[in-house]
Amino acid sequence: MFDRLRTLTGGRAFRVLVKILGILVSVALTFLGLLFVTFIIGRVVPIDPVLAAVGDRAPDAVYERVRMELGLHLPLYQQFWIYLTKVFQGDLGRSVLTANPVAADILRVFPATLELATAATIIGVILGVPMGVTAAVHQGRWPDGVFRVVGLFGYSVPVFWLGLMGLLLFYGKLGWVPGPGRLDVFYEGILESKTGVILIDSALAGDWIIFRNALSHLILPSAILGYFSLAYISRMTRSFMLEQLNQEYITTARVKGVAEWRVVWVHALGNVWVPLVTVIALSYGNLLEGSVLTETVFAWPGLGFYLTKSLLSADMNAVLGSTIVVGSVFIGINLLSDAVYRLLDPRAR
Amino acid sequence: MKRCLSILFAAALLFAASAAPAATPDNALVMAWQFDDIITLDPAEIFEFSGAEFAGNAYDRLIGYDVDNVEEIYGLAAESWEVGDDGKTYTFKIRKGMTFSSGNPVTAEDAAFSLQRTVILNKSPGFILTQFGFTADNVREKIKAADDHTLVLETDKAYAPTFVLYCLTSTVGSVVDKKTVMAHEKDGDLGHAWLRTNYAGSGPFALNAWKASELLMLDANETYWDGAPAMKRVMIRHIPEPATQRLLLEKGDIDIARNLGPDQIKGLTGNADIKIHSAPKGGIFYLGFNQKHPILSKPQVRQALKYLVDYQGMADSILKGTMVVHQAFLPKGFLGALLETPFSFDPEKAKKLLADAGHPDGFTVSMDTRNNFPTLDMAQAIQSSFAQGGVKVEILPMDGKQALTKYRARNHEIYIGRWGPDYQDPHTNADTFASNPDNSDDAAAKPLAWRNAWDIPEMTEKTQAAVRERDPKKRARMYLGLQKEHQQRSPFVIMFQDIEVAAERANVENFILGPSFDSNFYRFVTK
Repeated sequence: MFDRLRTLTGGRAFRVLVKILGILVSVALTFLGLLFVTFIIGRVVPIDPVLAAVGDRAPDAVYERVRMELGLHLPLYQQFWIYLTKVFQGDLGRSVLTANPVAADILRVFPATLELATAATIIGVILGVPMGVTAAVHQGRWPDGVFRVVGLFGYSVPVFWLGLMGLLLFYGKLGWVPGPGRLDVFYEGILESKTGVILIDSALAGDWIIFRNALSHLILPSAILGYFSLAYISRMTRSFMLEQLNQEYITTARVKGVAEWRVVWVHALGNVWVPLVTVIALSYGNLLEGSVLTETVFAWPGLGFYLTKSLLSADMNAVLGSTIVVGSVFIGINLLSDAVYRLLDPRAR
Repeated sequence: MKRCLSILFAAALLFAASAAPAATPDNALVMAWQFDDIITLDPAEIFEFSGAEFAGNAYDRLIGYDVDNVEEIYGLAAESWEVGDDGKTYTFKIRKGMTFSSGNPVTAEDAAFSLQRTVILNKSPGFILTQFGFTADNVREKIKAADDHTLVLETDKAYAPTFVLYCLTSTVGSVVDKKTVMAHEKDGDLGHAWLRTNYAGSGPFALNAWKASELLMLDANETYWDGAPAMKRVMIRHIPEPATQRLLLEKGDIDIARNLGPDQIKGLTGNADIKIHSAPKGGIFYLGFNQKHPILSKPQVRQALKYLVDYQGMADSILKGTMVVHQAFLPKGFLGALLETPFSFDPEKAKKLLADAGHPDGFTVSMDTRNNFPTLDMAQAIQSSFAQGGVKVEILPMDGKQALTKYRARNHEIYIGRWGPDYQDPHTNADTFASNPDNSDDAAAKPLAWRNAWDIPEMTEKTQAAVRERDPKKRARMYLGLQKEHQQRSPFVIMFQDIEVAAERANVENFILGPSFDSNFYRFVTK
């Protein structure tokens, strides 16, 4: 059959088809493994999901009935099978904690995280890459020292503390930014949610007042979160750059009289982009999982907060649903960074 | 790159300028509150603190009680009621002229339907009604509308009328709009799946928007029968971090912060823009001694340990205004609550009692402790005060649900925990602290007395008698007697009663904090 297909489609198309099939199978297997492990962990932790549903004080009869309703009296493999068949029918189940379908919850919380993570990554890249390059060029001198201290600070200070201090200073004392939340409470419920990303929704609706309000709310949390990705990105950029700057082609370029800025920013940085894309993609992926501490301090209703709360209450439908999202994000980002890699590096094509 | 940075910086400044904080509008109440415990908005299912507060403001119950004098029961959706001579029939006259937010009139049929569906659905709070003998099979007979404005309810036995009435003041007594709810019924669920995230009530406020763990927005009911609230909108945002709540309050971006800890409250004293408002709540903190333990089961040992708790010391140093010393199983705010506090920290007296019990050098015992504030902090204080009487306490910190599982299996030695009443009648606590019908390991009911293996046939009998007493004054006296005996004899050291603290902007008036969470009211608030 394969031979027939091959003759029908021609060799090249067949190879592409096989490749796509291979990717699909590996993605499916990854998801299955991810779900299985999460499911088992959720079921063996000593937290009773029934207590999350009925509370501490429910009478025993109610407790038992809910246990049956949740299917917890069945053997583990059977529970997993039931869950899987539902997922394949597109039903992620209902969250015990919010009473909503998990899919609806995720559509509400994920855009909040996406907005924050994207803004933070943009800040991290725009500031982190030049900092890393500058530090590498001035290795061992004061700019290197300053940027390394800045990076080290970002690495070692707890985000929770930094978030609170940021709020205290920029919101509490200086009044430069608004308080926590995605919008001022008075703007809540005005905008119709299309994508869930308020900046996009308000721009589509042409409502620039809400757009400005949402952007002003985004500045501080994304700057704080961006600082952490900046610390990581600048450090990695510095070490990649140091490696490139010692290469012979750089010496050749300098000997040929190419301007120094061109040597650094075009020749060396051009080659650094390739590994750097992977670093940035991974850092973006981590942020997309949600940052529970930042979300807590800034009352940002994102995925991290949702996932953590669900985990602590053993609200398994919500946990598994979020796992699928996080898994998809990582797989998607990996595929994307592979594609960008090919684009940047001709050898990988 | 430089250009890019300068544009970014200019943009940041521009938006910062537009974000200058303003005071909240005069006719809107803005509140920061941790309400992530809300798992449902259906009054037949609500059993969480925050959910109860929502229902208390958005639904009319049949009757209510005066938050300053709990003995005073008054009519809400029911304007009057009568108890039949048999002590089993209750007839409520439903107030005329009330409407639901849908525009439908409130009738006795709606009230009957609301109670029936609570019994039929039988969710967590369902037992508050089923304890009167209602079942899914008989409830349509036992609770019904005689006409548009007369609701008749028939219990299986003659209970104390106050018991039945107080139970109806809880969230399960909320009247829901039958037509609206049934229009959303699916697979015979009586509209439950829909009402979990929607609204069909007639209360002073109607639900405008609800996003779990994010936002709760209520709009004033302009046609409310008892007068429209002054606040036209109540906006409540879930702010998980207390330090953030404090910051918002100080900036004037919110009117009320609901979850400040002792340290934040202390930090706000002296701020003229902010006032601290507190009221006792029904939760009590206690120690439970497992009576299967050979030493803890000795009466003198139990008595000695009651003198080894530094009640006032803990209240002043750890709890700082969030709890008050209270030593009886009925909290202040309940019918018949005993307010005497006969025990204080007295190591000498305790040592003497321990010597009488045959333990002059003390003993070692373990204490199961939830690893959260203030439980763990209290456990440490108790560990040090017990040590002064020679009793060594080994603290076993664990997750809340893990501790509960162990407690329910009677595998603890000492348990430190909190108990919240299920409804505003003394029976709720008497039934768990002072009643244990069957002390065997496989008993059907597992009240706190059972969890601590305290076998008390006589006291159980007294508790049952109190719930049948029809004269409210006599009933209150019975509970007083029960608590006095319990205070001295029981294996429970009741230590504190919860205080709910709300920090408010100075211009906020009349935010009511009642004794239970369903009696925290926004409708009288003015600014």
